[in-house]
Amino acid sequence: MNGDKSKPLISCHDVKKIYGSGNAEVHALRGVNLDVYPGEITMLVGPSGCGKTTLLSVIAGILKPTSGSVVALGSELTKLTSWRRTNFRRTNVGFVFQQFNLLPALTAAENAAVPLVIQGYTKRAALAESRKLLTQMGMGDRMSNLPGQLSGGQQQRVAIARALVHHPHLLVCDEPTSALDAKTGHTILEILRSIAIEGDRAVVIVTHDSRIFEFADTLARMDDGHIVSLEREHRGHEKEEALSA
Amino acid sequence: MSWIALKMLTGNRGKYLGIILGIAFASLLIAQQASIFCGLMLQTSGQIRDIQGASIWVMDPNVQFSDDVKPLSENDLYRVRGVSGVSWAVRLYKGLTRSRLEDGNFQQTILLGLDDATLVGAPPKMIKGSVFDLRKPDAVIMDLEGYQLLWPGEEPLVGKRFEMNDHVAEIVGICKASRTFQTFPVVYTRYTQALDFVPPERKVLSFILAEPSEGLSVDEVCKRIQTQTGMRAMTGTQFEWVTMKYFMQKTGIPFNFGITVALGFIVGTAIAAQTFYLFTIENIKQYGALKAMGAGNWTLMGMILLQAMLVSLIGFGLGIGAATWFGKIATAPGSRLAFYMAPEVFVGTGLAVGVISILSSLLSMQRVMVVEPAVVFQG
Repeated sequence: MNGDKSKPLISCHDVKKIYGSGNAEVHALRGVNLDVYPGEITMLVGPSGCGKTTLLSVIAGILKPTSGSVVALGSELTKLTSWRRTNFRRTNVGFVFQQFNLLPALTAAENAAVPLVIQGYTKRAALAESRKLLTQMGMGDRMSNLPGQLSGGQQQRVAIARALVHHPHLLVCDEPTSALDAKTGHTILEILRSIAIEGDRAVVIVTHDSRIFEFADTLARMDDGHIVSLEREHRGHEKEEALSA
Repeated sequence: MSWIALKMLTGNRGKYLGIILGIAFASLLIAQQASIFCGLMLQTSGQIRDIQGASIWVMDPNVQFSDDVKPLSENDLYRVRGVSGVSWAVRLYKGLTRSRLEDGNFQQTILLGLDDATLVGAPPKMIKGSVFDLRKPDAVIMDLEGYQLLWPGEEPLVGKRFEMNDHVAEIVGICKASRTFQTFPVVYTRYTQALDFVPPERKVLSFILAEPSEGLSVDEVCKRIQTQTGMRAMTGTQFEWVTMKYFMQKTGIPFNFGITVALGFIVGTAIAAQTFYLFTIENIKQYGALKAMGAGNWTLMGMILLQAMLVSLIGFGLGIGAATWFGKIATAPGSRLAFYMAPEVFVGTGLAVGVISILSSLLSMQRVMVVEPAVVFQG
């Protein structure tokens, strides 16, 4: 874990991402600069199509930017081969998806154990870890349930447990509250906040949900592939605002 | 990841059963049709197998299969006996005749005339009576299925009479014989007696059955007979293959069965591949999520291959089981269906199912290989 909280866990510098070519070119990111710090929640917000999901995918090592630099945990992600980026994600990144993306045939405990199984853990060892985590998250009595038997909030808890079970340094969340009611969404954000602070992890959230902006340590507003404003709230609750180019 | 792959597969009960049924259907059709084909081919040569006691069959050089009788002269028998290395040689009559029953009905019958002295070629398994009863006047032995064809529903009875060529024949024994391709009753009698049951001809000797002297190989003696007499000589097994090859080359049987087997393969592949592909497409986001979480392409391909192997094994088992069950019914006493599941049919069906499984999984693998993990972020 990055022990120094003043140093960013991830640094994006002049990141551009272009989809397609020629007349069909789409500039999803137009030179984004962003630092993501451990122990904090960074939220990417903005209208649909502004590039926030692309930026999240770049930060998570899923997408390779067209140009620019992404340094994550000391590694330049843009220089890693596809195989090494897969390895990077396997050990360092936890994912929480909008639609949860739980495997419908697997129980809650089995779903939460998946990242460990991918890392090569035996089923028994992986399940032991996932059960421990689910119990901590108040899902002890739901571990044998299939996703279809769980409420939206419970499914999201399982998804969070799955994202954390392998102790990643970075947690990326895509619209984690969009499928949930306000109260459940609030609870989920509290969980994510405690994960960030207690686990000293960087949490990056893409969201449209303005009700959860209050949980952000850094709020990056995006539009047309740019970060148009960056609000950073320090521990002492003083706000700093900056505009990217 | 194996258990995850299997749970993903079995968790979607409808698709899981659909793929299995597709493969089972293909497996059943391929194995069943191929076994019927083998059964039919065996029937074409069944009488050669039933004629036991001699290692060598001697015949006219132009004979193409066992029913293609080109009569030999009596002299030919003596010429064969004169070949060095031939221990003994005897006559065999084989022909078709018409049997006339008490009710005036006629039925084509296969008549086999065995050497009077030795009865070489007598039926290997008697159900009623004795082979030696053939020495009685007008005596014949009939196969059980033939008897049931002539007198349906009647208990096989020794002493039953019928006529062949206006000569009375008395059944002195009932035997078990291989099913014939023509499905006619098989009647055994002595050679001289057989000549009474068929219209007179100048030459009546169908085949010569011979045995090599001790210490000489059958092939060597066959060569000697062919060289010295100009006749064709071969072992029973060789004659069986000559007969089966004739039917395979000169009839449309293999082609017709081949079409059905190919259809089974194509339909099975189509059903299995389509259902398996749909199953993969349905789970494409899950595969994308696994990729995002760090599962490599090889891992995912392994999962798909394992899923394909499981459904293939179960489908193959069910299909072969159903084909075997069909075969049990087909070969039950009283049934006239042809069925023989040769080991090659079992292996061949397994290979065909393997190919179906690989083709099915290739489509799915290709889809999973190209899916971007970023797909999980698309609402």
